[in-house]
Amino acid sequence: MSKSQLVEQLKSGLDAPICLTWELTYACNLECVHCLSSSGRRDPRELTTDEAKAVLDELHDLQVFYINMGGGEPMIRRDFFELLEYSIGRGIGVKFSTNGAFIDAEKAKRLTAMDYLDIQISLDGTDAVTNDAVRGEGSYDTAIRAMNHLREAGFGEFKISVVVTRYNVDQLDEFKALADEYGAQLRITRLRPSGRGADSWHDLHPTQAQQRQIYDWLVLNGENVLTGDSFFHLNALGPESGTGPLPGLNMCGAGRVVCLIDPIGDVYACPFVIHDEFKAGSVRDEGGFSQVWKQSDLFTELREPQSAGACSACGEFDACQGGCMAAKFFTGLPLDGPDPECVKGHGEAALLAASSVQVPKPMMDHSKPSRVPVTIGRR
Amino acid sequence: MTDSLLEQRLTLHPQVALRPEPFGALAYHYGNRKLVFLKHPDVVRLVQALDGTGTTAEKLSECEIDAARWPSFERALANLHASEMLQ
Repeated sequence: MSKSQLVEQLKSGLDAPICLTWELTYACNLECVHCLSSSGRRDPRELTTDEAKAVLDELHDLQVFYINMGGGEPMIRRDFFELLEYSIGRGIGVKFSTNGAFIDAEKAKRLTAMDYLDIQISLDGTDAVTNDAVRGEGSYDTAIRAMNHLREAGFGEFKISVVVTRYNVDQLDEFKALADEYGAQLRITRLRPSGRGADSWHDLHPTQAQQRQIYDWLVLNGENVLTGDSFFHLNALGPESGTGPLPGLNMCGAGRVVCLIDPIGDVYACPFVIHDEFKAGSVRDEGGFSQVWKQSDLFTELREPQSAGACSACGEFDACQGGCMAAKFFTGLPLDGPDPECVKGHGEAALLAASSVQVPKPMMDHSKPSRVPVTIGRR
Repeated sequence: MTDSLLEQRLTLHPQVALRPEPFGALAYHYGNRKLVFLKHPDVVRLVQALDGTGTTAEKLSECEIDAARWPSFERALANLHASEMLQ
């Protein structure tokens, strides 16, 4: 079976996800401007420890090999280590994303002692100014401190996870050097207009010229850098550059090989579409997660052959697959058309055409109330 | 590679788990975190039969895999061997 045949198979769905993200909590100490889950405050409906363990039991039965835990800040949960240990004990490896605020010397030692555990420290700049503009004041120092603790504890190869923006795209080499310095692995992912990112995307997303810069950089460095396959829209640059596709599956895995469980147990097609339109069900429903994965209407529909729509006229559709569903949805573009960051320039035209449509608002906003100074008196 | 994989007595690494899928199976190595697709049910059957008791060639015969298909099976096994899924 060739790779493209395999991709066709994967598009019709797997018996269980390969890449399952589980946001453990909406609570977070930070308020990053591009937060996919609009996190900040804890949701009182959050899954209890017992409910979370029942989900892990189910994932064990489905033979899910590993999960990505995130949030919010997952380490805020009091039962974080309990769930971590339970998951690993059930044969489900864990990679968790953290801003590092709760990794002190002692926690770093505790994490180092665990098997089948990967840690991903989020960092969006190789200097405090660049990073903190997106992730908040002091967050650069916090991340570096956590990285130092992990290095001192001898954790080994953790991950440094970067969301590529207009402002840090020139730092890719520096990020790589930083990762190398810590014996860490670099992971770079695509900025999505999801969650609070819906408001910041227009200012932060890489320009057309920078899209090519990312592609060229990945062609040179891609083998040693993780991307979560998130840059497959750039593959449309492959044929003209003669460099071929970037490593990875080159497909949208939403509802097919990927899904998201949110902190209250709702199941979405992917981590970038927390919106009713992409909600397949809840782990709290009868039949639990398995039922949602195997039988929900939404996932069944996503596993049907998808129309290329307006992109069918473009010669590069096979290379880029029309890009990211979430990026289109939250910028008001039709799902069967070009990605807003289409490297062939079709996205810009589509964005212009869509500029008068009502863009869907992200749901489940847990942002902390903004601290606007109260003005008393008559206007 | 010194020896042809066909002559070796291979076993599945103890840290590797197989998960059946419509196209064949997924193999996941808990040690090195590698994920490999076994893209045909016959490859899955063969891999499950590899227990170190016989050479790959013997196991291919036992699984009644037509000799004309052996080269493609050898490639599939080479990939698994490179990922340390087979030892």
